[in-house]
Amino acid sequence: MSGIVARGVGVRYDGRVALEGVDLDVPAGEWAALVGPNGAGKSSLLRALAGTVPVTGTVAVGGRSRHEMSRRRWARLVAAVAQHPVLPAGLTAAEYVLLGRTPHLGYLAAESRRDVAAALAALERLDAGELAARPLGSLSGGERQRVVLARALAQDPEVLLLDEPTASLDIGHQQQVLDLVEGLRRERGIAVVAALHDLTLAAQYAGRLVLLDRGRVAAEGPAAAVLTPEGLARFSGARVALLRGPDGELVVAPRRHT
Amino acid sequence: MTAPRPLRRLSPLAVGVTLVLLLGALLVGLLVGAVGLSPGAVLSEVADRLPFVSVDSGLSEQEAAIVWDLRLPRVVLAALVGATLAAAGAAYQGVFRNPLADPYLLGVAAGAGLGATIGIVTLGSASAVVPAAAFGGALVAVALTYALGGAAGGRSGTTLVLAGVAVAAFFTAAQTFVQQRHADTVREVYSWILGRLSTVGWSEVALLAPYAGVSLLVLLLHRRLLDVMAVGEEEAETLGVSVSRVRLVVVAAATLGTAAAVAVSGLVGFVGIVVPHAVRLMVGSSYRVILPLSVLGGAAFLVLADLGARTLAAPSEVPLGVITAFVGAPFFAVVLRSARRGWGP
Repeated sequence: MSGIVARGVGVRYDGRVALEGVDLDVPAGEWAALVGPNGAGKSSLLRALAGTVPVTGTVAVGGRSRHEMSRRRWARLVAAVAQHPVLPAGLTAAEYVLLGRTPHLGYLAAESRRDVAAALAALERLDAGELAARPLGSLSGGERQRVVLARALAQDPEVLLLDEPTASLDIGHQQQVLDLVEGLRRERGIAVVAALHDLTLAAQYAGRLVLLDRGRVAAEGPAAAVLTPEGLARFSGARVALLRGPDGELVVAPRRHT
Repeated sequence: MTAPRPLRRLSPLAVGVTLVLLLGALLVGLLVGAVGLSPGAVLSEVADRLPFVSVDSGLSEQEAAIVWDLRLPRVVLAALVGATLAAAGAAYQGVFRNPLADPYLLGVAAGAGLGATIGIVTLGSASAVVPAAAFGGALVAVALTYALGGAAGGRSGTTLVLAGVAVAAFFTAAQTFVQQRHADTVREVYSWILGRLSTVGWSEVALLAPYAGVSLLVLLLHRRLLDVMAVGEEEAETLGVSVSRVRLVVVAAATLGTAAAVAVSGLVGFVGIVVPHAVRLMVGSSYRVILPLSVLGGAAFLVLADLGARTLAAPSEVPLGVITAFVGAPFFAVVLRSARRGWGP
């Protein structure tokens, strides 16, 4: 397993700078959370790492740069979960997860038994084995997210990119999804880069937080160093108190204007 | 219904049923015609041509010619046109993730219409140049759509579809203009636009077969990638698929087949949209299943529609496009009502 490295990465949309001069190092088995206000460049950075937007600078996995690689070879190293994944209603969960094998197949090749086995194993690993025959349209929010993660796992990646994986989930399912990602990180040494809105969850799950502001890295480090009431007021216009939970874990609590 | 299976593959049963339907349609198409020939005689005439079989059908040379040079090429042509249009429609729906896409989406119909109209007004509707002009016009229109979509900086399918709308409007306007200037040929042009299969001999089949063959082969080979395209352009790219390349190859293949079909049959509507959706509603939304079954189903549907076209108002013919819509729309309504499946693209 190798981690992912970005050097001087910039992204522009129609000339507008969305990201500029971003350096990022996420070694194998590490979890980095991208935090920051809306429009700070979190999704753009994830797109740059996924290789779906033209970038300046370099992005590399295990010393191999995206530029030197075909889209298909990159997809064997880096799997991405979109913020709003498209789930074609008529496909079953198993058919959908099998799409994750795409980068391992030749252009016109069909999946082998091994690909099918890998897809079903990915579903099992995400506690979604019983969903295999269900049409995607019939899944609940939590089930959908597990199936989408299973598709990413079926890609057998070294790096997993997640764009707001807990958005629109209730708190129990948020924790379930993040626990599953944490399990994959530990047992396979996958490097995880996740944009997370919820700062408490970011602080508790990620080993490192990367605070983005207006397309640049504003702060980076352990949660306690990045999340300060002053910083959050400055970057997000937020009023928060930083508390400690029973086990000393960081809790970011919003405070009403008084 | 059987228990839901995690991975639905093309089942031998579904292929078998559709194949029987197609063979039945071909048989009926061969047995029914303006000249009353006994079914037994027609069948023994066909059997007689098989290797190692010798049967006396009792048909005169003229009657045998009706079977071999009129009826058989016509049902084969109908099957080829139907298969090509249905496969192209399914492919367009997949590659543009748009349930309303049909083979004429990117300007094929308007381009072929202009080409055919120019051919008819300059050389007459009987000219062998008309199919070639329709074919050429269709390819030019789609190439223009691609050039325009690319020039607009659009990497997305939506840009391409919009470019197709502009090109189609332009070509249709040009076609109407040419047609109005030559009012004496309006009837021929009109008959072409409504679609018809009036063949003498095998020349149209020979014209269409190579293009239809290549088109069907390429589209069938891309059926797995069409499933990948269903997750949208950006996600398909994160799965390592070169979306613009796949789209170009699929559109090129579908266009080639459609242009050739239109060249020999005129504008037969409804097949490309109804057949794939009927298949989808019955067997699910994986293109691995939709594409092959659309090929067989489209062929059967058009053979039967053409049978209606030449028998319903015999001795005159009803335009084929009228039949496909007239039969297709109610049939589709029934499928739509009875299916409980979602309407996913």
